Amino acid sequence: MNDGLVVQLLVSGIAFGTPLLIAALGELLSERSGVLNLGLEGMMLMGAVCGFWVSQRMGGPEWLALTVALGAAGGVGLLMGLLHGFMTITLRANQIVSGLALTILGGSIGLSSYLGQVGGLGDERGRHTFEKIDVLGLGDLPGIGPVLFHQSLIVYLSWVLTAAVAYYVFRTRAGQHLRAVGEDPRAADAMGIDVARYRYAHTLVGGALVGMAGASYTLAITPNWSDGMTAGAGWIALALVIFAFWRPGFVLIGAYLFGVVSSLGFNLQVRGVDLPPELFSALPYLLTVVVLVVVSNAWAKHRFGAPDALGVPYVREEA
Amino acid sequence: MSTRVRFERRLETPRLLGPILPVVSVAGALVIAAILLLLTGHDPLTTYKRMAEAGFSSTQALSSTVASATPLLLTGLAAALAFRVRVWNIGGEGQLYMGAVCAAGMGIAVGGSGLAVALPAMIVAGILGGAAWAAIPGVLRAYLNTNEILTTLMFNYIGGLLMYYLIFDSHSFWRDVSSPEAKLFPQGKVIDASAFWPGFTGSELVVPLGFVVGVVVAALLFVLMRHTRLGFDLRVVADSPEVGRYAGMRTRRLVLIVMLISGGVAGLAGASQVGDFSHVLEPVGLQPAAYGYTGIVVAALARFNPLGVVVSALFLGGMTNAGFALQGADFPQGLVGTLQAIILFCVLASELFSRYRIVLRTGGGAPVAAGRAA
Repeated sequence: MNDGLVVQLLVSGIAFGTPLLIAALGELLSERSGVLNLGLEGMMLMGAVCGFWVSQRMGGPEWLALTVALGAAGGVGLLMGLLHGFMTITLRANQIVSGLALTILGGSIGLSSYLGQVGGLGDERGRHTFEKIDVLGLGDLPGIGPVLFHQSLIVYLSWVLTAAVAYYVFRTRAGQHLRAVGEDPRAADAMGIDVARYRYAHTLVGGALVGMAGASYTLAITPNWSDGMTAGAGWIALALVIFAFWRPGFVLIGAYLFGVVSSLGFNLQVRGVDLPPELFSALPYLLTVVVLVVVSNAWAKHRFGAPDALGVPYVREEA
Repeated sequence: MSTRVRFERRLETPRLLGPILPVVSVAGALVIAAILLLLTGHDPLTTYKRMAEAGFSSTQALSSTVASATPLLLTGLAAALAFRVRVWNIGGEGQLYMGAVCAAGMGIAVGGSGLAVALPAMIVAGILGGAAWAAIPGVLRAYLNTNEILTTLMFNYIGGLLMYYLIFDSHSFWRDVSSPEAKLFPQGKVIDASAFWPGFTGSELVVPLGFVVGVVVAALLFVLMRHTRLGFDLRVVADSPEVGRYAGMRTRRLVLIVMLISGGVAGLAGASQVGDFSHVLEPVGLQPAAYGYTGIVVAALARFNPLGVVVSALFLGGMTNAGFALQGADFPQGLVGTLQAIILFCVLASELFSRYRIVLRTGGGAPVAAGRAA
C-alpha cells in the first residue's frame, strides 16, 4: 500500500511543497505589514547557493554544518529583505520594481550564478543533507506512516512554523499591531505604533524565512547546485499567499497541493505513463493561473481581501 | 545642535535631472559592484577596463554591441510602455519566445518565396505571436481583475516549456527530422537563406535590421505617448484610474491595448532573434539569455522614456556583449546580470531625488538645502 500512487504522491507532495510553504509564510508576514516583496525567486536562489556553499565547506559534525548552512541562508534572505526594506520603506521606492530588481539580482543570471561559479559548486554532490526521520518508528504504518512520520526535519519544522505564524498573526498583541499596520497605517500610527519599524521587522524576518526555504532545495530535496534551480517556485509562493487569502493554514494546504502537482510528472513516469515531460512541468504554472483567476473574482476579494495598504508606501504628512 | 534629514516633496521635477540621474546611478552601481569584485578576489579596474574594451573599443566590438542591444531595445520598449502606464507586464520573456516561435514557423513556411514576402510575413507573425501571448493575461487583468504580474510570469515559464516541446519532445513543424543526426540531437529547421534578414553595413559597422526596426518603434511609441489621444488617455489612467473613469475613458480596454502593444513589441524581439541571428527556433539559446527580464532594467534606466531606451539598450547591450566576449575563468558568469541588477537598484534609489528634495534641518535654524538634489 505504501508504494501506491496516492501515498507516494502525498509523500513527494509534502517534500516539494515544503519550500513553497516556508517561502509563502515569509511573504505572508511581509505582506501583512503592507510590504509586497516580489523578490522571492531571487532570494530563494541566494539562500540555496549560500546554504549549499556553507554546508560543503564547513567541517564538524553534520548537525552543526546543516544548522549553520540554514542560518547562513536565512542571513542572506534577511540582508536582501533589508535592502528591499531600505528601498521601499526609507526611500519610498516602487515596491514592484524593487522586488523585481531583487529577483534579477539573485536570479539565475545574477549573483547566485556568480557565487555558484566562484565557489565551484556546480559539479559537487552535497556532503550533508537533511535525511528522512522515522518518527517513533511509525514510518511503516499503512497510508499515513510515510506521509506523516517519515519526513525530513525541515518538514516538521515547517509545521511548527505554520502554527507559530498563525498564532502570532491572529492571537498576539504584536500580530494585531501588524495587521493594523497593513490595513491602515495612518490609524496605526495614530495609535502610537511605529509603522516603519513593524514594516522593517516583518520584511526582514520574512526574508530570512524565504532564504531558508531556498536552502531546503540544496540541503534536502536535490543535494546539488545548478543555476536557476528553483524554477519559478518563488513566484508560485507569491501566488500562494493570494490563494490563501493571507492565512497561514490555507498556505499549508495550498503549498502541498502545488507540491503534489509538481511531483505528478515523475510519479506517473516511473509508472510508465508516457506523456511529454513539458506538459507535467507546465502544470504548476497553469494551475497558478487558473487558481489566480478563480480567487480574483469579486466575491472572494470582498470577503477576505488583501491587506488594504499592501504595496502603498506610508508617508506621514508633516506640518 | 541636531541635524535632521527631511524629504520635501517637489512640485516639479527639474528638467536636468532626466539625463543626470541615470548617469549618476550607473556610476554608483559601478562603485558597489567594485566592492563585490574585490571581495571575491578580482581587480575591479582591470575588469571594467576589459569590459569597456570588449564592448565599445573597436568597430567590430561596436557591431557585436549593437547585435546584443537589438533584443534588449525591443524588450526594453515593451517594458517601458507597460511600466510607464503601470501595467506590470513582466512577460516580455515569454512574449519574446512566442514571437520567435511564430516568426520561425512563418520563415519555414514562406522562406522560399523571397525576402519581399518572408520579411513582412515574419515581422507580422512575430508581433502577433507576442501580442497573443500577452492577450491572455491582458484579458484576465482587464476583465477579471487577475494580478498580471504573476500571470505574465507564469506564461514565461509555460512559453519556455512549449518552445522546448516543439524542438525536443515532438515531431513538430519546427523540428528538423530529415537527417539521422538531427534525430539524435534535436534541432530546429533552418529557414531558407533567402529569408535571412539583411543588415545595414557601413564602414565595417554592421547594424541588424531588428535594431533599425527597434529605433522606428521607439520613435512611434514616443509620438504615441506624447502626441496622441490614446497616449493622453493612457497617461491619465495610469496616474489615476478614477479620474480616467470619471472622464469616460474605457480603462479596461486601455489596459488590454497596452498589453497587446507591449506583447507585440516583445514578440518582435523574438522575430528579430530568428530573422537576424539564429535563423532557427533555438530554445537553448533564447532561454538563458533572459532578454525579457533584462528589458526591465533597460526600461528603468531610461526612466521609461522610449527614446531613452535606445541609449540604455546600447549601454546594457555593450555590457552583455562584453560578458559573452570575456566569459572564462577570470570573468565570473553572472557578473553582468549582477551589475545590471545593481544598476536597477541605483536607478530606483535615485528616483527619490526626482520626487523629493533632501533638506537638512539644523536645530532651530532655517532649512538648508543640501546634496546634488538641491
